[in-house]
Amino acid sequence: MNAKLDISRLVNQFKDLPGALLPLLHAVQAEVGYVPDSAVPVIAKGLNLSRAEVHGVISFYHDFKTRPVGRHSVQICRAEACQSMGSRLLESYAKEALGIDYGETTADGNITLEPVYCLGNCACSPSVRVDERIYARVDQNRFDALITELSVESSTGPEASK
Amino acid sequence: MSRFYIPQDTTALALGANAVASALRDAGVEPIRNGSRGLFWLEPLLEVETETGRIGFGPVSANDIPAILDALESDPTSHALYQGEVAEIPYLKSQQRLTYARAGLGDPVCLDNYQALNGFKGLKNALQMTGQQIVDQVKDSGLRGRGGAAFPAGIKWQTVLNCDSDQKYIVCNADEGDSGTFADRLVMEADPYQLIEGMIIAGLAVGANQGYIYLRSEYPVAHKLLNIAIERAVAANFLGENIQGSGKTFHLEVRLGAGAYICGEETSLLESLEGKRGMVRAKPPLPAIEGLFGKPTVVNNVLTLAAISSILEQGADTYQNFGMGRSRGTLAIQLAGNIKRGGLIELAFGVTLREVVEDYGQGTYSGRPIRAIQVGGPLGAFLPESQWDTPMDYEAFAAIKAMIGHGGIVVFDDTVDMAAQARFAMEFCVVESCGKCTPCRIGSVRGVEVIDHIVANENRDDNLILLHELCDTMEFGSLCAMGGMTPYPVRSALAHFPQDFFLQDAEGSLSQDAEGSLLQDAEGSLLQDAEGSLLQDAEGSTSLKAASQGEN
Repeated sequence: MNAKLDISRLVNQFKDLPGALLPLLHAVQAEVGYVPDSAVPVIAKGLNLSRAEVHGVISFYHDFKTRPVGRHSVQICRAEACQSMGSRLLESYAKEALGIDYGETTADGNITLEPVYCLGNCACSPSVRVDERIYARVDQNRFDALITELSVESSTGPEASK
Repeated sequence: MSRFYIPQDTTALALGANAVASALRDAGVEPIRNGSRGLFWLEPLLEVETETGRIGFGPVSANDIPAILDALESDPTSHALYQGEVAEIPYLKSQQRLTYARAGLGDPVCLDNYQALNGFKGLKNALQMTGQQIVDQVKDSGLRGRGGAAFPAGIKWQTVLNCDSDQKYIVCNADEGDSGTFADRLVMEADPYQLIEGMIIAGLAVGANQGYIYLRSEYPVAHKLLNIAIERAVAANFLGENIQGSGKTFHLEVRLGAGAYICGEETSLLESLEGKRGMVRAKPPLPAIEGLFGKPTVVNNVLTLAAISSILEQGADTYQNFGMGRSRGTLAIQLAGNIKRGGLIELAFGVTLREVVEDYGQGTYSGRPIRAIQVGGPLGAFLPESQWDTPMDYEAFAAIKAMIGHGGIVVFDDTVDMAAQARFAMEFCVVESCGKCTPCRIGSVRGVEVIDHIVANENRDDNLILLHELCDTMEFGSLCAMGGMTPYPVRSALAHFPQDFFLQDAEGSLSQDAEGSLLQDAEGSLLQDAEGSLLQDAEGSTSLKAASQGEN
């Protein structure tokens, strides 16, 4: 993949949009998986911003990643409604089961674990988001099942995951 | 052939609604994917239109489908998950649904369905009115901003209408970040045209031709449905140029946030929409005068804008007739957390918290006694049982140093550790502070530390004084509600559940464990950088508060 070329194309696509930076960063991340350092000067030039401004925006928002992430994102809700239903235990279980902490990726590159603050599913907590899907009432067994599913998907072919 | 409905709402999907839909298809039935009624304890709720009315089964799983289909052939009431006629379920029937009147009735993105259920009638009325007449209707309705600050919507609109500008904007705050809230999500997923209609009316009222919905990225289902709804509304000429031949123009676009809680604060949201870091702006200038890209801007919550549709459809008086005191209309209560029957409960203001959690909620999911209830999201107070008879009204809650906020209620059973909850309130502020003002950015870091010291029984008396002083500094010195209200949950936990902060008196050996986890959890680098600067910086910044409190 020629990341640099891709980013120029995206910059051209978004640069005339008012307040283009966030939609552009989302688009870059959707395409590349993260916002590579090499994208920053290209974006800055295209939107007539300083590199510091672009970097500042990337670092401000939890969603934007600057390093490659796993094939799947697993987010555990840390907010109060989920806490009231045992998410603190689920968090420590998940970290132990995957052998990683928040912000880290499993050694096989399959899963990146992250905290999230509310998925709006608070009447049926605890909630977990796997990529674009949200799951309710996730206990340890259900978490295991979700992770197993992701491992199976990945071993049957990387295309299955996207 | 009967019609079958199975929701496509986030919670229903999270509980397996797609698998239920597949099972129906396997049995030769194509279900309509409706929105949720908000009775989340029954999701996935399968509804079937029969000769005797629309009946429900819930919560169903894919495995239940063959037996339910069999029961429908003979005696539906014989199935264990049979819920009777859905509209007659007491949880739903006893509600006063204005904003959620259509929720769950049909396919949320079907325009014909929306119009058949009185959709776009408010817009048609508004197209016959002047901007001032529309604003007057909103003022007369008594509608107050539903995002949390409860500022009168009509006054805000009047300010924008009065501004002379070549460009004005309508911005919908759909960054519903408070834990325990899903009211905005339910509108967007179950009745998105209502929000779109409200925004068009707002545009007509103040003379704005461009609207943005700032949606949090944690809501992928709402994102998809809103985009479909907007596309269809454009195709049917409810959006775009020359709306319904009126000569008026309104364009609408969804913009996705990027996981920053602070962007629910309106000035931070505007910065983010402009493509910047979501840093809070000092007020004045008010966004109504200098908002998005420096232009006059109406910033309203999803529920506020959705309510506009019913106000313009049914008239200001109808809306005004609900509620109590200065809190008019209905409140979207979101019952969440450790609760048996969680869901969306739309009622006129004035119902007590106890009625909500006991009558609707039926107690905790765990079956244990309720100990504390947090109302109004992560910045809301924890209420002990002695306060559960408070009516849900903005002023009544303010009087007990609590807030209704966006109407989220999170229930905790008696296993909750309130010191841990107080610590989390500070920790959340560490993670989500925009960093612009010192009391919030550093006060929260110090708050985590001081609470850890108290719990570990280190200089407890001195540290308690320090924590209260720190809370004062944050409350009176922060630029916005993030730092300004983080002390609410902390202080209420201290005031009503002090014993939780003293657990380690009896068992001294625990304090070492606590210390170990403290060092691990706290944000090490922040602590060191910030050392010492809190008191110094905070002293100078207390005057900012006055500027930030006027309007939100």
